[in-house]
Amino acid sequence: MDSLLIGTRKGLFIMDSDSQGHWAVRDIHFAGEPVSQTFTDPVSGHWFAALRLGHFGVKLHKSTDRGASWQEVSCPAFPAKPTAGFWSDDPTPWNVEMIWSFAATGSANKRRLWVGTMPAAVFYSDDDAKSWTLCESFWLDEKRKVWMGGGNDYPGLHTLLVHPQNDQHLMGAISCGGLWETQNGGESWQSVGQGFKADFVPHELVNDPNVQDPHRVSVCIAQPDVMWTQLHFGLYRSTDAGKNWQQLQGHPEVGDFGFPILAHPTNPLRAWVVPAKADALRYAPDARMCVARTDDGGKSWSIFRAGLPQSHAYDLVYRHGLALASDAQTLAMATTTGNLWISPDSGEHWQHVSGHLPPVACVAFTA
Amino acid sequence: MLAHMITVEFAPALQRHVACAPQLVQPGSLKHVLLSALEAAPPLRHYVLDDQLQIRKHVAVFVNSEMHVQRHDLTRPLQSGDKVLVIQCLTGG
Repeated sequence: MDSLLIGTRKGLFIMDSDSQGHWAVRDIHFAGEPVSQTFTDPVSGHWFAALRLGHFGVKLHKSTDRGASWQEVSCPAFPAKPTAGFWSDDPTPWNVEMIWSFAATGSANKRRLWVGTMPAAVFYSDDDAKSWTLCESFWLDEKRKVWMGGGNDYPGLHTLLVHPQNDQHLMGAISCGGLWETQNGGESWQSVGQGFKADFVPHELVNDPNVQDPHRVSVCIAQPDVMWTQLHFGLYRSTDAGKNWQQLQGHPEVGDFGFPILAHPTNPLRAWVVPAKADALRYAPDARMCVARTDDGGKSWSIFRAGLPQSHAYDLVYRHGLALASDAQTLAMATTTGNLWISPDSGEHWQHVSGHLPPVACVAFTA
Repeated sequence: MLAHMITVEFAPALQRHVACAPQLVQPGSLKHVLLSALEAAPPLRHYVLDDQLQIRKHVAVFVNSEMHVQRHDLTRPLQSGDKVLVIQCLTGG
């Protein structure tokens, strides 16, 4: 079974399961330090952990031995902010405040590591994180100036997706700046995503792709034209690789607000969400935890509650707090109040693994 | 000779991440002094200074007994014999 990497406010926890399916903490790294994101390079097998130190800024660590040892590597950084011209009054700081997303492209001999950051920018490294290059065409696009923070002080790029069949095609999701894609390995970027509605902005801007707040985007690996988004208000599905989006109705009992969304890797009709009460409350609907799954492309949703608390549960699952294992049926879900559950059966039943973790930012299975 | 130098010391909270013994550097601006001292431990630079080479929001730099408040302006000249101490603020943990 895969191991589980859990990035929390107070360190990186590693969990394993025994042959009976019981999960337990095997190790903790960076104890006391906030871990904002983790990444396992599927080609090299290297682990990366992004830290957001309270005093000393963003740091990046790499392990080539599955966490037995860690090495601090270079962090991406912005160039000097211009003192004249269009960007001189940019209200967004030119400082990397958080690494929020990772991706990797290329062959084993010519590997490129990508990160998405807050403030929302894209950097890449062609030398195994010894140095970083800012995607200037993205950072200096003037459309960026109207982006807002979403749940954070500044706009952030929280999800980077690589097209499974074309690694020159990447998509980034920004809260709040919509979806952006590059078709040429980062040389140029375009705002995409028709069909979204941002009900919280002036009427004239409701459909503007550049103001949207996609909380999380997920792609069906086997059929990558199928994508799913949990928008700030609403669930959406695309069947043309993110160019156009159709709004879905959430389950009437729990609505369509939340943060994570996961596509099934081979079944284009299946996806999972974790409903939350919109949007000022941001905890489980009626303080009763549930997970919703669709098996018909979002036409209908089933709600699963078995094993989850059904009273006074004020948990919130962040964007990266829901993960699917390589068996495509084991799920992990962790919350800002330190609960972690595992489902062995595609979300229908849940086992409570821990109630005392620090607030969880991200969970990810690693083979 | 040493009396004309400036002492730069980093708090244990920083050395927990990157070790750096106290440094003796030539007088100059605060920016020059900090960057010179951080040459002894290059990975430490990004712990003290942000991307814009300003003092991080939750780091405090003292010149003798006075905290340097203008974290974005490091042009202040330091004198021979000054002592610089870099610590973590009690904010930001």
